[in-house]
Amino acid sequence: MITTHVMLVDDEEPFVETMTKRLTKKGLNVAGVFSGHEALDKLASNRMIDVVVLDVKMPGMDGLEALQEIKKRFPLVEVIMLTGHATVESAIEGMRLGAFDYLMKPCEMDQLLSKIGEAKDKKRLHEEKIRDAKIRELSSQFD
Amino acid sequence: MEPDKTRQYYRLLVRMIVILMVCISIIPLVSIGGVTIYHFSRSLKKSVVTHLETIVWEHKINIDTFLNEKLANMQALADSSTIEQLLDNSFLRARLDVFQERYGEFVDLGVVDDTGHQRTYAGLFKLEDAMYSDADWFKKAMMREFFISDVFLGLRGLPHFIIAIKVRDGGGRFWILRSTIDIEEFTSLVEDVSIGKTGHAFILNRNGYFQTKPRFKRQELSFLSPISDVVVPKTGVSIIEDEGETGNKTIYAISGLKDGEWILVCQQDSADAFSSLHQARRLVVFISLITFVSVMVISFFLARRLVGRMETAYLERAKMHDQVIEAGKLASIGELAAGIAHEVNNPVAIMVEEAGWMEDLLEEDEIIKSDNRDEFQRALAQIKAQGTRCKQITHKLLSFARKTDSKLSDLQLNDLIKEVVGLSRRTARYSNTKIDTDLDLKIPPITASPSEVQQVLLNLINNAIDAVGKDGGMVMVTTRSGGDYVVVDVSDTGCGIPEAQVQRIFDPFFTTKPVGQGTGLGLSICYGIIDRMGGRISVNSAVGKGTTFHVRFPVHTGEKEA
Repeated sequence: MITTHVMLVDDEEPFVETMTKRLTKKGLNVAGVFSGHEALDKLASNRMIDVVVLDVKMPGMDGLEALQEIKKRFPLVEVIMLTGHATVESAIEGMRLGAFDYLMKPCEMDQLLSKIGEAKDKKRLHEEKIRDAKIRELSSQFD
Repeated sequence: MEPDKTRQYYRLLVRMIVILMVCISIIPLVSIGGVTIYHFSRSLKKSVVTHLETIVWEHKINIDTFLNEKLANMQALADSSTIEQLLDNSFLRARLDVFQERYGEFVDLGVVDDTGHQRTYAGLFKLEDAMYSDADWFKKAMMREFFISDVFLGLRGLPHFIIAIKVRDGGGRFWILRSTIDIEEFTSLVEDVSIGKTGHAFILNRNGYFQTKPRFKRQELSFLSPISDVVVPKTGVSIIEDEGETGNKTIYAISGLKDGEWILVCQQDSADAFSSLHQARRLVVFISLITFVSVMVISFFLARRLVGRMETAYLERAKMHDQVIEAGKLASIGELAAGIAHEVNNPVAIMVEEAGWMEDLLEEDEIIKSDNRDEFQRALAQIKAQGTRCKQITHKLLSFARKTDSKLSDLQLNDLIKEVVGLSRRTARYSNTKIDTDLDLKIPPITASPSEVQQVLLNLINNAIDAVGKDGGMVMVTTRSGGDYVVVDVSDTGCGIPEAQVQRIFDPFFTTKPVGQGTGLGLSICYGIIDRMGGRISVNSAVGKGTTFHVRFPVHTGEKEA
């Protein structure tokens, strides 16, 4: 199976670091960044990223803004929102804006892993559909 | 304000209002009454005095006229007759007959010579040759042209007076023509005067002897002292007010008769004369008194009621004030709690993650194979468990403070209660607690968030089950309609809440449960939810008997804040 490329976005550095270690241990390719801007830069430079785990509440560019920007510039990348309880509304709003799902902090590792897996599957299916469509288009040109 | 001071203040207020009202109503009353009485008494006095004056004046004229007439009759007789004729008994008799026929009052006629010897006499008695030389009237008559005597009881024992006229014959000798006048008519003129109860008239001479019979014998002497002192007007009428010997104030109207020799007195007790005034005064005083008393009573009760209303209004306001403060306190504590919860959330998440990371490492590392490995794993599991507990607490805190995201819908409380009671029955069975419901089927549906209402009911019922404890008991849920509210009562037969704690049960983190079993947030969450709905939650509790929570859900609810 192809390695899943995950990017963690949270302003809490220790959280990002530990998470990165744990997810890496589970066999994922993890990149951790600490702000929305960094996340966008990273996405621009690393086209391999499949899933973004995004904290809703961050200083500067917050989770929702970052989400909108990601969806605009990298529509195929799936986003999982990470939230405290008080920001459930923003998480729901995030899903309306195209996020794949949301999780409450502190989250169970298994839950997170399964959500990442689902997101990755969805992205892969989507990409396959696009590829199929492209192939169909190309072959139709040859017909 | 302290209760004592407040009571004092209200009592003072009542007193002030009463005084004010009494003053406002009494002052005009008294002034009107006073002015009326004053003017009335003045005009009455004037009319009484005028009345007395008139009577005296009329009678004075009448009496003077009477006397002058008699004198004129005699004078005419003296002028038209010679002494010789007068000394003729039959002539005198004839004259007397004429007089008696015409005027009536002449009792007799006589002619007396200058030695006092009555020479001729015509009349009822045999008075020829009577000697008058020592009589007072004879002495006085000899010194003047004519003389009218005082009234005296003559030989016949009847009151009468004498008119004597000095006549001079051709030889220069003086004779006296005298006549006795019956005073019956003239005294009746005076004696018949009657004014009110005590008003009457009489005639006195200068020495204070009565010329007419006074109506009240007992007063016989009392007239003398005041009148003898004053200058009696010969023509006019003077008014004197004095205290008689009886001590009663008396009004006298006095006028001179017979050139001031006699005094006509008309008197009336002041009390009698002014009896209508006194009556009016008494009436005014009586009415004033009644008015005063009724105004006092009415204003007192009015003021009491007014101030009572004020007091209740004040107390209600104070109570409301307390409630507002309480609600505000809860709200601010809620916000604080939310803030803390949020801030705590991140560190807890990191701790849990770190513990998880260590567990991951332990699973794979073959390095640590000692006995401590199990202990490490146990400790890490414990850290994770406690982290989860922290999470639960913070999430509850946040749900207490968060703005509602629940959708409103019409819901039948009875159905919801049945559902919640069904959920709780299992828990209740463990503690031998029976849950019963008494639902009013007629309650209207309420507009609220079902999950919130469910949370409130579940919380209250679970609390009730906990309060009953292991010994078993009864939890009762009732619904009823109460005006614009639907009231849900959750009562239990449990341990009850001590009074000191009742005030705090809605405070966040207040719990009586052992550490780890309760967060102390259940009731404050309930409070927050019900308060936002515009409802009320209150509690009655008696230690040892049980507790009842009353929840009032508004029928037409609107969110308090948009």
